[in-house]
Formats: sequence, C-alpha cells, structure tokens
Amino acid sequence: MPYVKKVKIKGKEYWYLFHTVREGNKYLKKSKYLGKELPKNIEEIKKEFLTGIREPSSKHSKLIESLTPLERKVLPLLSKHTKLSSLVKETGLKEIEVMRSLQWLSNKEIIKIKKITREVVKLDKNGELYLKKGLPEKRFLSALDKPRTMQEIMDIANLDKNELTVSLGILKRKNLIEIGKEIKKLKEDSSIRKKEEFLKSLPSPLKDLDWGIITELKSRKEIIKEDIEKEREVSLTSLGKELLKENLKINLLESLTPEMLREKSFAGKKFRRYDIKINVPRIYNGRRHFVNQAIDYARRVWTDLGFKEMSGPIINTSFWNFDALFQPQDHPARDLQDSIFLNEKGELPKFFKDKVKDMHELGYEKSKGWQYSWDEETAKKLVMRTHTTVLSALTLSELKKTDLPAKFFAIGKNFRNETVDWSHGFEFNQTEGIVIDPNANFRHLLGYLKEFFKKMGFPEIRFRPAYFPYTEISCEMDVYHPIHKKWIELGGAGIFRPEVVIPLLGEDIPVLAWGPGFDRIIMDYYKINDIRELYKNDLKVLREMKVWLK
Amino acid sequence: MPTVNLNRKEVENLVGKKLDLAKLKDRVSMLGTDLDDITDDEIIVEIFPNRPDMLSEQGFSRALSSFIGIKPGLRDYKVKKSNDKVIIENSVREVRPFTACAIVKNLKFDEENIKSIIQIQEKLHIGFGRNRRKAAIGIYPLEKIKFPVRFIALPPEEIKFIPLESLEEMNGKEILEKHPTGKEYAHLLNKNDKYPLFIDANKNILSMPPIINSETVGRITDETTEVFIECSGFDFNILNKCLNIIVTALADMNGEIYSLNLEYEKNTETTPNLTPEEMELNLDYVNKMLGLNLKESEIKELLERMGHEYRNKKVKIPAYRSDILHEIDLIEDIAIAYGYENFKEEIPNVSTIGEESYLTKFKRKIAEALIGLELIECSSFHLSNKTTLNEKMRTKNKLTMVESAVNADYDTLRNFLLPNLLEILSRNKRYEYPQNIFEMGTVFDENIKEHESLCIVKSEKDVNFTKIKQVLDVLMSSLDIPYEIEELSYPWFIEGRAGEIIVNNKKIGMLGELNPEVLINWNLEMPASVLELNINMLIEHNNA
Repeated sequence: MPYVKKVKIKGKEYWYLFHTVREGNKYLKKSKYLGKELPKNIEEIKKEFLTGIREPSSKHSKLIESLTPLERKVLPLLSKHTKLSSLVKETGLKEIEVMRSLQWLSNKEIIKIKKITREVVKLDKNGELYLKKGLPEKRFLSALDKPRTMQEIMDIANLDKNELTVSLGILKRKNLIEIGKEIKKLKEDSSIRKKEEFLKSLPSPLKDLDWGIITELKSRKEIIKEDIEKEREVSLTSLGKELLKENLKINLLESLTPEMLREKSFAGKKFRRYDIKINVPRIYNGRRHFVNQAIDYARRVWTDLGFKEMSGPIINTSFWNFDALFQPQDHPARDLQDSIFLNEKGELPKFFKDKVKDMHELGYEKSKGWQYSWDEETAKKLVMRTHTTVLSALTLSELKKTDLPAKFFAIGKNFRNETVDWSHGFEFNQTEGIVIDPNANFRHLLGYLKEFFKKMGFPEIRFRPAYFPYTEISCEMDVYHPIHKKWIELGGAGIFRPEVVIPLLGEDIPVLAWGPGFDRIIMDYYKINDIRELYKNDLKVLREMKVWLK
Repeated sequence: MPTVNLNRKEVENLVGKKLDLAKLKDRVSMLGTDLDDITDDEIIVEIFPNRPDMLSEQGFSRALSSFIGIKPGLRDYKVKKSNDKVIIENSVREVRPFTACAIVKNLKFDEENIKSIIQIQEKLHIGFGRNRRKAAIGIYPLEKIKFPVRFIALPPEEIKFIPLESLEEMNGKEILEKHPTGKEYAHLLNKNDKYPLFIDANKNILSMPPIINSETVGRITDETTEVFIECSGFDFNILNKCLNIIVTALADMNGEIYSLNLEYEKNTETTPNLTPEEMELNLDYVNKMLGLNLKESEIKELLERMGHEYRNKKVKIPAYRSDILHEIDLIEDIAIAYGYENFKEEIPNVSTIGEESYLTKFKRKIAEALIGLELIECSSFHLSNKTTLNEKMRTKNKLTMVESAVNADYDTLRNFLLPNLLEILSRNKRYEYPQNIFEMGTVFDENIKEHESLCIVKSEKDVNFTKIKQVLDVLMSSLDIPYEIEELSYPWFIEGRAGEIIVNNKKIGMLGELNPEVLINWNLEMPASVLELNINMLIEHNNA
C-alpha cells in the first residue's frame, strides 16, 4: 500500500506519496510529490497513483494497455456472450461500436469472429400483433365465459371476419367448442399457451423449433416467416482467456487535451498504447498533374544545359508550320487526314514570304529546290501545330546574328488528325531543341541528345539514319530500356537544311534541331501502357500516382 | 512511310552474299531504312520517302550491296535506242500534261517478279506519286502494242474499253462510277471535261491514267518478256525519276532498256535518261558538318558505298536518286556510309545561359499556391465539342470547329477550361469528396486568339461562393495583385452569386457558384464553386 510521508528539504516540509514495487528481482521505490499541504482528496490520489505505477504483473501488460475503452468494456462480457446482438444489449453500446471493438480485439488475436448464416423463423406482421393482443383463438375462447352468438364473440374478442373463421376452424377441429345457435366452450386449450410461448421465443433458428407449431402457424396469414440471418459469433482465443483473468480496469489516458497540458493532469498517468501498425484513412495532398511534373523536370534539364525556353502559339499558318521548314506543299503531312486544319487563313510575314517561296520553287545557287509552283493561299491556311518545330522556325526568324551562338528548347503539345487508341492520341508532347552555332556539327547534335536522355534516365542511346524534309543530316534516336531490354523509338533529329535556315536567318549557319516525342518516356516512368491514361484525369490516379522523382 | 515486304532469298541473290540475321538486321537499320522484321522468307522494312528507289528487291539490294562493300560505286545502266515514239497531244495539257516512257526487253517474268513489279508500282503510286496524283505508272506487254502510241484526252463518253478486272466494256464515266479502282481514284479526274488516254496505232486503248489499264492490252502475264512503260503526271522531272526507278529495277532483273522519243507539241524528249547527275563537293564543308577529319580517299570510298562515284571534287549521282538537292544530301550519304554508330558524341564548350520563359515560371508559382490549398492539377485536351462547351453550359458562344476531324468528340477548340473540368468531375463521381481541381492551359477565343487560362473548381458538400473567393484571395495575395469583384450574371452561375474579377479596371476572369441546371446537365450531385481567369492578363499587370 502507498503511504504518505513528510519530507524535509532545506528546512521546508513537503508531502510525498511512496510505494514500493517489485520488478523482477528488484524492489523499486516510487514516489509522487503532493505539495506543501496534504491534499484533501488523498485517498483518490493514492488510488490513481497505484494504478499509474502498478505494472500489470503479467506478460500481457502492453496488450492490456493498448485496449481501447470500448474493448475493455466488451472483453469481459465475452466469457458469457458470444453474439453481437446480445453484446449490444449487454453493453448498451451502439452496434457499430461493438462491431468496431470486436474487430480491434480480433486484430489483436484476442478473439475470433466467425460469421455464420442460418435459417431463422421470425415474427411476421400479424405475429407481432398477436403477441401483443393474444392469438385470435385465445381471444375467442376467453370471450366464451358463457355461450354466445357469433356477433357477440366478434365484438367482445375484437375479431375480424377472417380471424373469426380461422378461430372457428381450429377450435372446432380440436373439439373445444360446440356450435349451435350459440357457441359453447367445451374445454380450455393447452396448446394455445405453447403457441404463444413459441411466438415469444422468435426470432429463433429454424432447427430448434417445434415443427408442428411451425406448420400450423405458417399456414395462417402473416404470423411467422422464415428468413436467413447473418450473425457474428465471437469466441475467445487462448490469449483472450488469459486476458480475462487479468485486471482490465486500469485507468489510461486517451487523447492529450489542452486542458490536461494546462493542468498537468497527465502527470503520473499512462496513455493508452496505440496499435501503430493499423491502417489509417487515406488523406490527399495537392499535386501537379504527373505529366506536368515530368515536363517540369525536363525543362530543368534543358536550362541546366544552357537552353532558353521558346514559347509560341498552338495555331499557326501552314507557312510557319510547313513552308518555312521547306516542307513541299504536296507533302502527305499536309493532307487533311493527317493534320488538323482550320477553315481560316492567317497573314503571311511579308519579309519572309518571298524568300521561302523562292527556296521552294528555285532553291538557291547550291540547291535545286523542290521545283514546283508555290501557292500562297495554301501557305495561309491555319493549322494546329503538328510539331513544336514551328517554334524553332519562329525563333530563327527573330534571331539576330549578334545573339549567336544560341540554344533554345520547348516542350509542348502538338496535334494530328488521328483516332485515339492505346498507342495513339491526337495530342502529343514533344521536346524541341535548336542550337544555332557557326561551329556546330553532327557530333554535337548527338552529344546534346545523349546528355539529355541520360538525365531522363536512359544512359544508352543509339542513332539511326532517318528522313525529314527539313533536316539533312537526319537521324532517328532510340533509347535502351534497361529493364525491358529493348530499344524505345523516340523520334527525330537532324541539322536544319540550308534551304530552311537561309530564308529565316539570312545565311547558312548550322542549326542542330530535334523534336523527339516525350510521352513514351512519361508513360514508361509511371508504368502506363495506354496513352489514353495520360489525360484521363482519373482522380484516384492523380491523387495517388507516385511523384516524378528524378 | 511505305512498308514493303521484300523476298529475302531474292535480296540475298541480288546482293550476292548471305548475311547472318544479326548482321543483316544491323546493316538494314543503319542503311537508312526502318526495319520492321526479318522472317525466313521476308525482309519487312519501311522505306523513307526520300528513297523510293529502294522500294523493290532490286533497288533495295543494289543499295545494300554497295553499303556493305560488295558492289560499291556507280552502276552503269545502258540505254539502247529504239526508233519508236510516243506522241503527246495538246489535249492532255489541262488534265495530265506530261509523260515519260520506256521499253524494257529480255525479261523473264515469274510469279515473284510480277509480284515485285506490282509492289514497286503500288508503293511508288502511294508515296512518290502522292496517290497517283503526282505520278502514275502503267506497264504493258509490248507485243500487243503498235507504235506510235498517242497520249491524248477525250470526253469520257467517247472512251470505251474493258478495264482490268472487269468483264464488260465501260466508258470513261462508267469506270469512275462503277469500277472499284475507278471509284477510288475518281477524284483525280472527275472535275475534267476530258480524260487522258494512252492509245496505240491500232486505236487500241492501253489505259486511262491515272486510273486503270485495259484488260486486253494492259495486263502482264508470265509469258510477257517485253514491256512498254509510261509514267504520267504534272512534272516532267519527277516522271523521269519515277521512270528511272522502274527501269533500273527491271534492268536488275536482266532487262534491256530501250529509249523512246516523246514528241511534245514544241519539243522532243528522249526517255529514259540514265545519265548520272554531277554535283560539286566541298571537302572542308563535309568535315565541318560531320565534325570529322576525313581524307579525300575516305570520302571517295564512303560515297561509293552509297552508289555514287567521286572524282576530283565532283560526285556523280545515280539517275534513280531523286533526293539529292544539295551538297548536304551527299554529306548525309557520307555519314550513313561512315556509320552513325561510329560518330563520337560531343558536347561542345559553348557557353549560353539557360532560362525558362516567364509564363512557365509564373504558372509554376500559381501551381505552388494552389497545391498548398490541396488542389489537384488536371490536364485536358485542347479540342472539345459543342455539347460540352455550349449546350451543357447553357450558352451559345461562337465556337471554332476544326476541319475534317476524325474524332467527333474533339472537333472544336476549347474557349474556356471550365467545361472540361466539369466533365472530369462527372467522370470521378465515385471517388471521395471534396474534389478540388484546377487546370492551366491554352484556350482560344472566337477570333482564334490564344491565351493561357486558369480554372479552379471546388466541389464538396458545403462549398459556396466564400470558399472560392477565399482561394482567389490566397492566389492574388501571393501574386501581390489587388483585385475587385463586380456582380455579373453568367448562364452557368447562380444569379446573384457570381461576378467578374477586375484587375486594374480590366476584366480578367469570373467566379461564382455553379448553377444547379448546369450541375444536372453534367450529372453532378455535389455543388461546385468555380473561378476562371486569364493568366496572360495577370502577367501583363505584373510586368506593367
């Protein structure tokens, strides 16, 4: 037992509470400061002090400390009650609370929950009514304190016609009444009490019941019905049985509240232990779209490599999208079924129009050109950009010689007139880059691309010959997928043809250029196989997709 | 890009060497064709549009055998003279003004050869010939033709012959209306009063280009040994190239090429002309562009591996090549022969300063602010449809549709982002609320002017005007932009709970509680508050 003792410190007196406990082989003295005066509620403090320091002697102490108040309320009842329904009744808790505590107990392997289904018999509408009012035949008989007419019986026993007929039938069959002008009771019926007790016992499992009664009552209107009942049956595990022998009525703190902090009322008490492994409800943070996360990263790679970002419109004249890039006007990409055109025309840039026209028709002293008659109206047609290369053309047209050498990049959406399936979309991302440098060469082109894709997570890259109308030397690039062990085709690159550069820049300066697709890299990183997933905007995906971690 | 299925055995015969599979795969890829697959029987390969000469086993093998060093250098194709002629009458000038023709003899056609000839013809039609518009090819058994052949144009009713794959005679019009091939290419002729014809001295119709040959005079069989070939179209140079590609392929089947005289109204031409073209090559330019230090002898050897001849800074280019416009095209050939895999990548020491566009930076700041408010960013398509943009939003804005869209759901430029975000919400109803989302993206006004827009939608049980205005407050105070709200009605907002956002006396956006009718149109069961504003105008304000 704890005892109170006055302690003198530096001449002053203080009250303390002491208690000795055994831990293994050691004896430990625990103490609690009470104040300069002995508190009035010392008995209460003693109790709390004891529960606070008493180490539940068993090996289950941690487990007991982790029981929630609900669990501690339910657990002791489990030695007698095994059904949810009776537990609800006994505890006075809501069904959901009992269910929850049973689930927690089961998580801790203190109990086992068995879900059972069985056929039961339940009261139907009239059954419930008769349980209150009495069965019609009972009421019939009790109205016969003397022989009476039908009408009298109906009035006294409060029977409707149907009930009267049924009662007559039953009582007649059992020879309990005699029917003449008036109806006379012959003897009392013992079976009625049995039937009423039967009704009172419902709902009950079908198999426990008297078949005779069931058959009779079932034949009558809406007295009983059969049903399938799902019930949870709880049994204690051996751990549960051991726990029941322990003292479960310990006083533990639940949430730490501002009041407790103010009043320091937590002192000397224990907090209930949590099950820290339990799953917690998911919460969601704000996020950027995963495609934009990837694009943002790629932007940083380009700027790290010294590239400036280009931006420009999505809708351009065919002039900038095709003609300025030396793409002949009958090139298949300029067909309606390949590109998305608008039924509108735009202005052509006066300064560049004739230069581009001449290059298409005649070339220049070192080139034959395409040798056809270039049509201004075709060039005016508006088109949703088919490649970000249009931004490169626009950038070249604005560049001054004093700006050189210069490097630019863009990452943006492009459009093609294509039906959507798992591998194709009508919108796709491209990462565009140009290097305008009088000393640039083909090896530099390969160098920039290799570095970019290394930073995107693909250290191995290969280049193959390819063809684009606006580049020569052209190449196609593939990166090696280290897990799938195969090459992924990404798209094209090259050195702009002199026929592209001269009209826009005024002289033949090497311009390295590339525009590989970007979506496949994004899909690979996020393990997406269907390109439609990129822009499906499924909130679950947007909320839970891993972030771009490069 | 056309994909061709080439007979592997035939290619190996023509190359003169059997390559093991790995080597073959590697070399084909590095030659400048896109290899799809190699099976026991076939090499399936995409030929780039600049190399129509490689569409046949013969042309492909010719390039490959040079490339791997078995038969390098320029091939010599002899053209013998025939005195036969083709007369081009003035009447074709409006429909199909030019033709280039040739005769090839000493052929031995078998099933494989015929298949291969049909394949070149078809593939040339599609790519190089732009679906027969620019160039169409006809091949006929010579023994059924009597020269001179005439190229003329007649009114369709006067043209009568039995087209290929048909049992009965049809007139020109009927062919375009009834014959399957006629129907497919009808658009190439049916706007003309007269249709072009090749017709021989016996008045037998050979064909009606670019549609179809005659069944009686225009069908090649395995008994055919000599053929007449014509290419018709609008550009004589192109037709010559096309003809050269065919005749050199036939020559590689041991055919002997004979020329024909083409009598145009004002001049006479002789085709085919297989004289190689000559181009000067500046060796310093080669090395500068490639970043290499090749010696003249090396350049010579590399050019020969691509089928060219080099002598004294001059390159002779085979007559079947149509893609050499400029020195740079020869440099690419040198690079291919050198092997792209042999170039050492290099990042030059050129210092430039990298920088993102201001728009990018600004949008990132907006995103950061909104993410802090637990909003999720979405990304939707720039194209939408009228139902989404107008009908469901209870409005009748002027919209811009695109031409010939293959996706009816995506045939209209989006003029604001809100409808797309509502569509996203309507597809995500099964997930937990609150659903607070935003998007930044390009929208297009009725004059097709573009700007970047920001749209935010908050959807949850207790959402209201205050909650969206709070978001606007956070955003504008983090961007340090003062704003005002003026009440205004919008078809998609609840009257009296919506307004325009005004910055510096300019209307830059709107916000409000979504009208229940609109929610119902979108099948949404949760209220929503919304704001949408013009990002470019915010930037303008900040830069002013």
